[in-house]
Amino acid sequence: MVTYIVRRLITAALILLGASFLVYLLTASSGDPLEEFRASSAANKQQLMDARSELLDLDTPAPLRYFKWLGGAAKCLVPFGGSCDLGKNIAGQPITEALGFALVQTLTLVTGATVLAILIGIALGIITALRQYSALDYGVTFMAFLFFSLPIFWVAVLLKEYGAIGFNDFLRNPEIPLPVALVIGAVAGVIVAVAVGGVARRRLVSGGIVFLAASLILIYFSVVQWFRNPGLGPVVIAIAGVGIAFAVTVLVAGLKNKRALQSSLIVVVLGVVAYFAVQPLLNEATALMIVLLGIATIGVGVGTGYLMGGYDRGQSMRAAGITAFLVGGLILMDRFMQAWPSYFNNSRVRGRPIATIGAGTPNIQGDFWVLSLDTFTHLILPTMALILVSLASYTRFTRSSMLEIMNMDYIRTARAKGLSERSVVMGHAFRNALIPIATIVAFDIGALIGGAVITETVFSVRGMGFLFLDGIMHTDPNPVMGVFVCVAVTAMVFNLIADLAYSALDPRVRIKA
Amino acid sequence: MSQPTQQEEFLAEHSHPRPPGASFEPEAKGLSQGQIVRKRFLGHSGAIAGLFIFVFIFLLAFTSVGWAGIPGWWKYDHLDVSPLVNDGVPTASLWLPAWGEHPFGQDRIGRDLFAMTMRGAQQSITIMVLIGTIAGLLGTVIGGLSGYFRGWVEAVLMRITDVIIIIPVLLLAAVVAQTVNRRDQGGWFSGFAASNGILILGIFLGLVSWVGLARLMRGEFLTLREREFVDAARISGASNARIIFKHILPNAIGVLIVNVTLTMSAAILLETALSYLGVGVKSPDTSLGLLISQNQEAFSTRPWLFWFPGLFIVLICLSINFIGDGLRDAFDPRQKKFNAKKAKDTKTGGEPEKAPAAAADGSAGD
Repeated sequence: MVTYIVRRLITAALILLGASFLVYLLTASSGDPLEEFRASSAANKQQLMDARSELLDLDTPAPLRYFKWLGGAAKCLVPFGGSCDLGKNIAGQPITEALGFALVQTLTLVTGATVLAILIGIALGIITALRQYSALDYGVTFMAFLFFSLPIFWVAVLLKEYGAIGFNDFLRNPEIPLPVALVIGAVAGVIVAVAVGGVARRRLVSGGIVFLAASLILIYFSVVQWFRNPGLGPVVIAIAGVGIAFAVTVLVAGLKNKRALQSSLIVVVLGVVAYFAVQPLLNEATALMIVLLGIATIGVGVGTGYLMGGYDRGQSMRAAGITAFLVGGLILMDRFMQAWPSYFNNSRVRGRPIATIGAGTPNIQGDFWVLSLDTFTHLILPTMALILVSLASYTRFTRSSMLEIMNMDYIRTARAKGLSERSVVMGHAFRNALIPIATIVAFDIGALIGGAVITETVFSVRGMGFLFLDGIMHTDPNPVMGVFVCVAVTAMVFNLIADLAYSALDPRVRIKA
Repeated sequence: MSQPTQQEEFLAEHSHPRPPGASFEPEAKGLSQGQIVRKRFLGHSGAIAGLFIFVFIFLLAFTSVGWAGIPGWWKYDHLDVSPLVNDGVPTASLWLPAWGEHPFGQDRIGRDLFAMTMRGAQQSITIMVLIGTIAGLLGTVIGGLSGYFRGWVEAVLMRITDVIIIIPVLLLAAVVAQTVNRRDQGGWFSGFAASNGILILGIFLGLVSWVGLARLMRGEFLTLREREFVDAARISGASNARIIFKHILPNAIGVLIVNVTLTMSAAILLETALSYLGVGVKSPDTSLGLLISQNQEAFSTRPWLFWFPGLFIVLICLSINFIGDGLRDAFDPRQKKFNAKKAKDTKTGGEPEKAPAAAADGSAGD
């Protein structure tokens, strides 16, 4: 195992050396960094050209410059040396500094999108695999192909037009006309009717209920101007919490496990009590406090499950823990909604909350909630665009992986033993289907930090992709190299992790040392 | 470019070697493999629809504005400027089917959008075919050689693949774009490149997109060369060339075709993305990505400049994806085996399920 890892790392280092040399030469030869001065008519033209030649060390031939750069970059390998030197960019800023800033921007942009895409994609994949060749399966398959085929910049422009400008206009006067509410309700009803499956009667009933509920909620929202002053309130949290408790228990333990259901319901009651208890505390919130509260919430859930016990203590703990986490999320969402009017009326936002470009409103002032809302409203469009284009591959991937597993002998054995469909799907099939998915997820996380060049361009986020593109446009090798090394190292490390994870998860696969 | 490709999905489906003696359905009786594949492909309605749409777009794009000096039937060129009709609003309508003077409308200076879109579609299709061909050839040769001969050939070729796979495509495209732009420097290459930017771009992108295919083909060759029929051929004295071309390649052709198709659909998005970023096709020539990039600011005033090129990107890409899906189903004998409904019926005492393929017994982790 150790031999294998060492061998992989050495190969990776050699590959990295070769590739970085090529990248440096390509960037250096891709254009003329002095071009903008050659055409200029400024009096100090020669001086400017000399200054830039000095800055970029243009008198040294590119291959030699690479080795100079490599000498500086090699210092980065010394841990805590603090002498990391990746050169400077064309504006004289050290690359290490620029990279640090860009990395934060890119990670805030892509992390949420990737996590959501993975979760939704896997869920859709499992459902379509279980309903193979149903209307739902065909619908999702078609959507997956459509999303595969969408250029992200096109989606981004559409989202800007309808998601931001259109939605902001709507917020100015948030009234939903009756026909629109009915149509949206009907669409929701049809989707549910298709998704539920089963006999026609059951489909019709569930579709009808959803149609009525959705239309009524929309009409209610319109009447009370909910979109201006959104909020959930303890009653909605309690109702939604009970729903969550049942759903989580069905998935994790099955409704037959009374203790698991009881622990989840107790957690919901605790959550509603906590809703009133934590309100004053939340007014003073910081990011650290939210994280700590989140951990405490899960702890309370797991503890409740432990105390309730039952014939399978683990199931109760898991069900209660997940329920606690989700109810905590609802409380958090409610607090964000309470902060919405003050964000909406902020002098910098001026009633147009959904932003089309950038990563934050410049010079915005406010407490934790307003600042977080500002980040969210800037992230929502790029996140949606990224989810749309990456959702499809996870869905298709999970579906095919799941279909393959459902065909295995041990699934038939599990059914033959008389296990419930829930434990066959969740316990036997899903866990094994996760193995190939885990490797793909590891690959994608590796590709994450360099991945969103186009999204960053469209939404003017100054992340890694922007740095890279800017370097190319100015024939400036140092930022290009900085981004390349970061991306390549993460990709290689995560590829290694993916391989190791595969062999750790699937005992049939053994690594050859 | 951040878009994960279908190849990943395909790779995963094939991460387990195909179990020996995978059961064929009854329809396989008495038909050759080619016949089975054709029959299944023709039975895949999505793929057939995709094929029709693609052929239609192909013919429309290449006959309307002409190609390589051959004039087309449409009266405008993508460079022609004509007076604005009705402020450039599209004249085509669906309610009373009409074509009109400028069916897709005009841009701000009066160029005909139909001609520009058709030209862009031509460019996309050309690049797609170039990338598919070059990547398919290179990938097969390199993957096949390293998978069949193993040893130092494999080591060298696969390390080259590893190096190329981590060099960003965007950088290569930028280098090509810069080379194409240096028209003043003479030399036959830049002269050729200046007049045929799209060909150069396609060839270069093809030269870097073979890596995924090479890995896939290597895996396929590695599995196939251990099979009994290859041993039999070797014992009866067949040469390496004969084994490769007569015994292994025909069995690997399915994987190859499917993945070339998927590479092609990714290639269209790649070209449009590069043009959008300004390192692909450059004006005065045009492409679908470039059209969107030039016109996204005008979305509120002239939305049609944005809708039609995007629609064509999506249509081309979608039809290729559906064709790829149909081919995948047609070539994969393991398809259509599990059926949740059938399994449930079986449980409640229906017709006993047909024996599925043996469990895949481990794949080599490397």
